[in-house]
Amino acid sequence: MKPIQTMRLEIESRSVNEAFARAVVSAFAAQLDPTIEELSDLRTAVSEAVTNCIVHAYAISVGQIYITASVYADGMFSVKIRDKGCGIDDVQQAMQPLFTTRGGERAGLGFAVMESFCDRIRVRSVPGKGTCVTLYKRIHGRSEN
Amino acid sequence: MSVSFQKRRGKLIAYLHGDIDHHGAAPMRVQIDRVLRSEKPAVLQLDFSDVAFMDSSGVGLVMGRYRLLQMYGGRLELCGMSPGVYRIMRLSGIEKIASVLPEKGNAS
Repeated sequence: MKPIQTMRLEIESRSVNEAFARAVVSAFAAQLDPTIEELSDLRTAVSEAVTNCIVHAYAISVGQIYITASVYADGMFSVKIRDKGCGIDDVQQAMQPLFTTRGGERAGLGFAVMESFCDRIRVRSVPGKGTCVTLYKRIHGRSEN
Repeated sequence: MSVSFQKRRGKLIAYLHGDIDHHGAAPMRVQIDRVLRSEKPAVLQLDFSDVAFMDSSGVGLVMGRYRLLQMYGGRLELCGMSPGVYRIMRLSGIEKIASVLPEKGNAS
């Protein structure tokens, strides 16, 4: 299905941009009249994906993060978060709850939160080339309740 | 994002203010650890009443402070969590390492 509207955002992988990225996506999603909980879920999932780009993909440098959000006629909302960073060697392992390569202050819950707060997520990664995470969430909105 | 502190009979209460993401968690961690190291309280209570947004960085913040407390046998309590904050905490199984005080706000 083709989206009825699409938004693109490109930001540098600086932690100060995490709040900006989730605010932009949530403002774009507002046209679907989401519930407060749906918006909160989206913001959290986007925050996790963007943080992954900053902490992992571009761990030792600053790179570009490309975010594309789309609205579909059936109320589906998607957010693609793409980087050209280091990539993930083993995606399945990276998606295991509590798995982290960073230890210490990282809980290893990024993908678990994305999966739990969205309907579906897709992760494609090529080591040395980058990673693309797509979040899908159906927005039922306030009008249906 | 900032942290304010209150001492109450051996308990150190840290009030967290602002969004807790990867960006916000770092300065909070520094502030809490500085006080934690000098006070070494029997109980550290993290109060989330003024936290409107949190992602899994908040879980990392809690787990990191737990490790510090463990080094001298301190206990950890969490309170004031909104439903959104609590959902992420629960996903992490945080109840295994910290007591979660149920009501939002003035739990003490």
